Amino acid sequence: MDETARERSPPFKKSNGGDRSHQSPRIDRYNIVFVLMDSQGNVKERQLKEEKNRMALEVISRNSHPHAHRTFRRRAPAPYLFLMPFGLLFILFFIAPIVYAIYQSLFRSQRSGLGLGAPIVSFNGLANFADVLHDSNFSSGVGRVLLYGIVQVPVMLGLALILALFLDSAAARFKPFFRLAFFAPYAVPGIIAALLWGYLYDPALSPFVKGVQALGLPRPDFLGAGSVLWSIANIATWTYTGYNMLIIFAALQAIPTELYESARIDGGSGWYIAWHIKIPLVVPALVLTCIFSIIGTLQLFGEPQVLLPISNNISSSYTPVLYAYNTAFNYNNYNYAAALSVVLALVICVLSFGFLRVTQRQAGV
Amino acid sequence: MSQHIVSEPLPDIQEVVTTGQRQFRRFNLNTIGVMTFLFVFTVYFLVPFFWLIVSSTKSQADLFGTFGLWFAPDFNLFTNLQQLFTFNDGIYARWLLNTLLYAGVGAVLGTFFASMAGYALAKYTFRGRNLAFSIILGAILVPATTLALPLYLLMSSVGLTNTYWSVLLPSLVSPFGVYLARIYAAAAVPDELLEAARIDGASEFGTFRIALHLMTPALVTILLFQFVAIWNNYFLPLVMLNDPNLFPITVGLQSWNVTTSNPSSGQTTYNLIVTGALLSSIPLLIGCIILQRFWRSGLGAGSVKG
Repeated sequence: MDETARERSPPFKKSNGGDRSHQSPRIDRYNIVFVLMDSQGNVKERQLKEEKNRMALEVISRNSHPHAHRTFRRRAPAPYLFLMPFGLLFILFFIAPIVYAIYQSLFRSQRSGLGLGAPIVSFNGLANFADVLHDSNFSSGVGRVLLYGIVQVPVMLGLALILALFLDSAAARFKPFFRLAFFAPYAVPGIIAALLWGYLYDPALSPFVKGVQALGLPRPDFLGAGSVLWSIANIATWTYTGYNMLIIFAALQAIPTELYESARIDGGSGWYIAWHIKIPLVVPALVLTCIFSIIGTLQLFGEPQVLLPISNNISSSYTPVLYAYNTAFNYNNYNYAAALSVVLALVICVLSFGFLRVTQRQAGV
Repeated sequence: MSQHIVSEPLPDIQEVVTTGQRQFRRFNLNTIGVMTFLFVFTVYFLVPFFWLIVSSTKSQADLFGTFGLWFAPDFNLFTNLQQLFTFNDGIYARWLLNTLLYAGVGAVLGTFFASMAGYALAKYTFRGRNLAFSIILGAILVPATTLALPLYLLMSSVGLTNTYWSVLLPSLVSPFGVYLARIYAAAAVPDELLEAARIDGASEFGTFRIALHLMTPALVTILLFQFVAIWNNYFLPLVMLNDPNLFPITVGLQSWNVTTSNPSSGQTTYNLIVTGALLSSIPLLIGCIILQRFWRSGLGAGSVKG
């Protein structure tokens, strides 16, 4: 049993020691009150305990809210020093690129005549953004990944949830084996998974295509105009289902078994328990995995890029990130690529944040 | 868990027997259904691995000429491995080492920085704390690929593109790591202990080192997350690097794939790509098996409070 699960389950029927973490804050609060009274009454005691009292008083007088004792004393530079290494890197490699992208997207560079000589960079205002919003390549790419996400994310998370529930149920055997088998694809880098599946789709190599043909059935086309998007969805589902299953499984393991016991005594079946107890309790984990999946989906890049050489149905603007990449590195239009990145980041943030708000309001997660 | 401790009102014996029998039958039916489902998906998840293993033992001709899901008469694995490590002056080994460098250094330093930041956010109140934490939370939602392009523009303006630094430095930043570290520090490090350490005269950094011991499970989790994220990263190195000598394994193998699937290049290295893909998956697979425990506990903490 892992630590966190044990910690989180309420200490039913446990004797001393089991619920130490629940008691300590209370004891701590009493201590502070006790010290405070002491310091007002007994002068000698106060001198003896001077250091301790002073700090306790300081805490109480400075912060009036109940969790005040948590911060021991305001040590001005320490927290800033601890934050500094991360903060510095964060500003340099996270904030600065965002600012720089916005700045770059306000300009445009034009090459005169035959494209020889240095390009002329001029201020363009918000025109790049207007172009992005009217760009049919961009909007069809966003539409494509949205369609993809609406299908792929529920399928993947539904499958992950079912697998996690089965692995958590009493009916399953060989649980460690299954857990590992489902999680194994996550150890394969996404791009290598795409390569691998690319070969499994490629008619020249694929054992599936050859196998189906050998049975005398029509040849399946994994790379056709209508099917390639779902072939890509399959790659992502294969890679990430096990990872999401593990997150949900961890949340299931953290549910105290006492909750099932009472339902079982009342005659609830496994399905009843799964639907009415387990699933509602893992909703926070589902929300988390869903948000990460939405973010991942809209950034779709590696899989279409890998399949592009073997399929005629993937254009250079198939997904928004692929479009931004090709705009920057094949057409050298960095300013427009920056604008594409900014708009895409906004779309993703709005969607994931909106999803978070909606689920919070509905489920009170 | 503590289910055996729970005392429950015992139904009379007759009832126990009947419900027991009923449950036994239903349990069997359920087991068959559940196990069938689990086996079907095990096949789905493992068949590509099986194909990879089978294919890595085949020569280029057999890859196309024989059925993909079974071994060819010729066992060609060692020839493939030998070719893999000698092709282009052994650049594959170099890619492996590069990946190890990016992921190893990036994960260790990144975890250390994230744990310091998370500790500060959990255990101190200071001006700007809530703002800092909100920004970091918001940063989790910012997609990494949309950052990579502006990062490239920024790096090229200071001449840092196409260097180890261009991949390594951005990899050190892990807002999700800070978030996890903060949750863990808040839950696992008691304030009393820090107070005691301070009364005993420990410096703020000394106090942090004590807290670090209690945060060890969290640190392993963050380290794993970071390591896998950097090991799997493709877009950032693809954008930043030109020189094949600096490539990580992901970009390297894809660059072989591009030349192989281009018919005019006259270079076909399918057997090398397949063998290379198999080999590059092994370290992470082993790591996942050994450190499974940490995956689960860490993922749980991230989600339940999220």
